[in-house]
Amino acid sequence: MWGILGRRAVDGGFSASSLRRMRSGLVSARSYAAGSKEMTVRDALNSAIDEEMSADPKVFVMGEEVGQYQGAYKITKGLLEKYGPERVYDTPITEAGFTGIGVGAAYAGLKPVVEFMTFNFSMQAIDHIINSAAKSNYMSAGQINVPIVFRGPNGAAAGVGAQHSQCYAAWYASVPGLKVLAPYSAEDARGLLKAAIRDPDPVVFLENELLYGESFPISEEALDSSFCLPIGKAKIEREGKDVTITTFSKMVGFALKAAEKLAEEGISAEVINLRSIRPLDRATINASVRKTSRLVTVEEGFPQHGVCAEICASVVEESFSYLDAPVERIAGADVPMPYAANLERLALPQVEDIVRAAKRACFRSK
Amino acid sequence: MATAFSATLPLHGSSSQENRLLLPPTRLPPPPSSFLGSTRSLPFRRLNHAHAARRSPVVAVQEIVKEKKPTNPLLITKEEGLVLYEDMILGRSFEDMCAQMYYRGKMFGFVHLYNGQEAVSTGFIKLLTKSDSVVSTYRDHVHALSKGVSARAVMSELFGKVTGCCRGQGGSMHMFSKEHNMLGGFAFIGEGIPVATGAAFTSKYKREVLKQDCDDVTVAFFGDGTCNNGQFYECLNMAALYKLPIIFVVENNLWAIGMSHLRSTSDPEIWKKGPAFGMPGVHVDGMDVLKVREVAKEAVIRARRGEGPTLVECETYRFRGHSLADPDELRDAAEKAKYAARDPITALKKYLIENKLAKEGELKTIEKKIDELVEEAVEFADASPQPGRSQLLENVFADPKGFGIGPDGRYRCEDPKFTEGTAQV
Repeated sequence: MWGILGRRAVDGGFSASSLRRMRSGLVSARSYAAGSKEMTVRDALNSAIDEEMSADPKVFVMGEEVGQYQGAYKITKGLLEKYGPERVYDTPITEAGFTGIGVGAAYAGLKPVVEFMTFNFSMQAIDHIINSAAKSNYMSAGQINVPIVFRGPNGAAAGVGAQHSQCYAAWYASVPGLKVLAPYSAEDARGLLKAAIRDPDPVVFLENELLYGESFPISEEALDSSFCLPIGKAKIEREGKDVTITTFSKMVGFALKAAEKLAEEGISAEVINLRSIRPLDRATINASVRKTSRLVTVEEGFPQHGVCAEICASVVEESFSYLDAPVERIAGADVPMPYAANLERLALPQVEDIVRAAKRACFRSK
Repeated sequence: MATAFSATLPLHGSSSQENRLLLPPTRLPPPPSSFLGSTRSLPFRRLNHAHAARRSPVVAVQEIVKEKKPTNPLLITKEEGLVLYEDMILGRSFEDMCAQMYYRGKMFGFVHLYNGQEAVSTGFIKLLTKSDSVVSTYRDHVHALSKGVSARAVMSELFGKVTGCCRGQGGSMHMFSKEHNMLGGFAFIGEGIPVATGAAFTSKYKREVLKQDCDDVTVAFFGDGTCNNGQFYECLNMAALYKLPIIFVVENNLWAIGMSHLRSTSDPEIWKKGPAFGMPGVHVDGMDVLKVREVAKEAVIRARRGEGPTLVECETYRFRGHSLADPDELRDAAEKAKYAARDPITALKKYLIENKLAKEGELKTIEKKIDELVEEAVEFADASPQPGRSQLLENVFADPKGFGIGPDGRYRCEDPKFTEGTAQV
């Protein structure tokens, strides 16, 4: 089994334990040990933006603290020095204003990359993301397309409280006209961000603050400057035959750990990294469920009307007769995020929750 | 329209004590009788003197005015006058026809008419080139027409036909035209302002980063109600900060549906908000197309030279209700009559005839020509087909892979049935 996983090096099909082995003792910067390169998600994003900016002079970055401060989370580090203030804009604190300016610039032919310090702040600009970006190509019957990328950290961080911890995947993914991406590994981050910047439509790019510092192995192919991942295709991070676990962003790591634990108990879990929330890769999800006949969907956001709800509906609609057990849905607790560390832990899905749900789906729980 | 709430002055020049204290001394009352004395000093000249005393950066407009030596005692030539007249008549006839068509059921949804405000649209847009951009609100039919979108295309769009400027997918409130750089048509007030600021930003970026020869300006039109919205201030700040080639035009018609401007605004003089952000703020009589045009000229020159934005408040009035569904009961009949007497089209006609720029007969010919044009537009729209079924799924994305992967593992947009409108999405 490990041999097969080892051969999957190119598309990055690593299990949690092999990642753990490689990550032990390494610092966040890239390291070149024994032929396998590693890269943090932060460096992956930075290199993606850097390469796209140098390839196309119409690409520019705007957001709060992206320039002189080097980025609130250092994602845009070094870009101001390299490209100058005409291409890296430190904006005032005016989400509605600068998002609208980005959309207007995209209308007129430029390719902005708009950073939100967290996607919670995008609520102050959501009118522009949806009404003037997502809907414009349709309202103008194809005359005006909007090649803009809205990016920033999404979802819960550590102890930042209710107003800084919401996951917006479900909100944006319900809007036609937007493409919504959620990377997990460094390779995802590079490939998807480059694809997003090159895409002629508005893309909402949901990163995760806690993943920025994590290192992942990265292939030579992914380091190439023309590397791009297709938008709309999910990735099977780990193959299995007993139960399908679908998830995105930080929860992919948790799901992989859960799959390890399940493997010890004889349950072979297939972990799907959605990568693209809109369009959702229903084909891959359904093909997997038809193979395993059990589904566990995991996300960090609020449960009602969430991404998991959509996946459950899709599977029930398209693969009902293949299901051997009710679909299991794991989401964040239906409460605003509490501050206390132990309560926060209770409000977010943990590895044990995923393991328990998978066992329930396999009728192995008490 | 003073109400119990408005402890502040009424907008139209009066001689009360309060008026003199609160207004800067530069604010002229509207000229008593003549339409526009060309030898009169233009209102904003003195305005900027006062401001120059307080805040030095805001001087550009005054400098330009000092340099100009009018060679022509009249403000326009005959050709220009006829162009302006024709544009305003087109706006008025078109909107009147819209009302008729709406009540006959050919047009539906929300339709907001521009009657009475034509001087603002004509005054500004007729100075722009094809590559300059215009961004508007839901009251955008006449902005689209002035910018060059054909009456046929706009009428078909309103009827929801496939020959419309947005193939029937936009509607009354969303007039887009890439060819004429009409960047919409937005239903949310204030939404167009940041978009216009972004288009102006692109002009500057093209010039400075892409090293292209670009001096395009953007004109953003919006109303008095929008001036209480946060996005307006955010954009005034950023436009002045980055010195963007944009003109913010406030069409202050005193009413936001049924909410009087005076009831909803702490300081109703919107032009004052410009200098607070470091740009000239100008107030102009929006019922007078020549005055608007003079102010517009200066603002456009300023923007093209890279001197930054201008805020222009046009005092104007809409003769009809907010939309065709608005019973318009709150506005006083006396107020309506007062502004009806200042109809911009009648005023321009009078000016052209009195100054021997055109004869009555020529103007009548123009009116007849426009009537025929508008009727032809209606016939064209009537005869056009509705959009086909397959158009429902078109244009959601520029790259339609966004519809995802179908059950067969290929992208849905590659399915031949996708364009027939029978594919499941």
